[in-house]
Amino acid sequence: MSRVVILGGGTGGTLMANRLRRRTDPAEVRITVVDQDDRHVYQPGLLFVPFGLMEPGELVRPRHRQLRPGVAFLRSAVDRVALEDRAVHLADGTLLPYDVLVVASGADLRPEETEGLTGPGWGERTFTFYSVEGATALARALGAFDGGRLVVDLVDMPIKCPVAPLEFAFLADWHLTRRGIRRRTEITYVTPLDSAFTKPTCARALSGLLTRKGVRLVTEFNAGEVDGRAGTLTSYDGRTVPFDLLVSVPLHAGAPFVGRSEGLGDELDFVRVDPATLQSRARPEVFAIGDATDVPTSKAGSVAHFQGEVLTENVLRFLDGRPLEPGYDGHANCFIETGHRKALLIDFNYDVEPLPGRFPGPVGPLPLLRESRLNHAGKLAFTWMYWNVLLPGRDMPGIDARMSMAGKRPLAPAGA
Amino acid sequence: MPATVDAEGFLTDPAQWDEGLAEEIAHENGIPELTPRHWQVLRYMRETYLTTGSAPTIRTLGKASGVPIKELYELFPKGPAKLAAKVAGIPKPRGCI
Repeated sequence: MSRVVILGGGTGGTLMANRLRRRTDPAEVRITVVDQDDRHVYQPGLLFVPFGLMEPGELVRPRHRQLRPGVAFLRSAVDRVALEDRAVHLADGTLLPYDVLVVASGADLRPEETEGLTGPGWGERTFTFYSVEGATALARALGAFDGGRLVVDLVDMPIKCPVAPLEFAFLADWHLTRRGIRRRTEITYVTPLDSAFTKPTCARALSGLLTRKGVRLVTEFNAGEVDGRAGTLTSYDGRTVPFDLLVSVPLHAGAPFVGRSEGLGDELDFVRVDPATLQSRARPEVFAIGDATDVPTSKAGSVAHFQGEVLTENVLRFLDGRPLEPGYDGHANCFIETGHRKALLIDFNYDVEPLPGRFPGPVGPLPLLRESRLNHAGKLAFTWMYWNVLLPGRDMPGIDARMSMAGKRPLAPAGA
Repeated sequence: MPATVDAEGFLTDPAQWDEGLAEEIAHENGIPELTPRHWQVLRYMRETYLTTGSAPTIRTLGKASGVPIKELYELFPKGPAKLAAKVAGIPKPRGCI
């Protein structure tokens, strides 16, 4: 009997448990998922909550109900992983030994890392929509908002769903226009990067988007301090952006137990793994998936989904003593809401930047890197796909774990 | 062989980098001299990029390079993460679009 322990019952952990359960005999492989609570949040929906486009209640379902029969769900916080002993120390002191460990504990928000952010004004004038509670509080505040300076600040990369702050600015533009107070509102997007679109292909295709929506841009701004009373955001190099309402995307880090598990994670508690096999750099029997890893691609549900296919294969190979398959290519696929019931679609990997063209799929080709109503419909349809295809660990028809060049129009390299 | 750079002056191949080239890139970008503190940051940047594939952000630098964020701004004015990446011969920090 082999023991597979999966830490985290979110997107990556759930789909891994379900994929492995389908491919293994319960008499030979025991699968246990550990999580500290039983609330599975559909995180892509959080973006819509502040605008009343989705209700918080529709986003949450019990974690254990998403797991196939034959997968054990253990509700407990984790103290640390003892890599040498191949055992997880649970918060109550219990030891959970494993033959294979999959770390799927996602990324946490660390708002307290930015001075003043969780001080006066937190939840009243300064918010985040990256949690159910935050998005709900922001919905109330935005409902009562009557114009002024709305600032969206991304504290630092990496963050979950890196385009969500930009989507928030676009949806806010649409929302405030519909309410007739857009002219009384200044929307500013503040980023530590050197532009809103940092990849040459995107910069070329999308540069007009911010101007068209009247969103002001402040770049290379590393937020060092927030004063919720005065309504100011100050950078490490002394620049100040005033606000009436601040929507902050706080610093992200891996689960704190990763930091307490010697050798497992990096400075920000993300698990160090090989980017192609997803095997831990510390131990051969340890793997990680999704937001919990340090791989250089987006932290997004599509990434966990594509990784799931490769990692299932690799866990099975490891259990059989066969060499691993370096099969994960960094593939990510994301819809980007731009407001007015339109969205963009991007598809890329470690080596290929998002390209224009058409994305072949089960519902017909979708335009890439261009606003369209079809993509918005795709984003909304994805909610159903998430609960019924992605979490159960089924493959998306016609969409491979490896990125395909079909339908993409390669661009000449920048500067050529 | 001359080093090739992209439209913004970042090396397209980190393997073309050496310490002399770092001095040159630094001069061109307003850093008169690379001190041991500069080198501490540059070595950390390169090592992180070559093992993980990502350039460290300013917060990671502040936590792990041994040089606090305020000093990073003195060493590499304006945008330390971006400028240090350029001098270290690795791609600039980027988002997904």
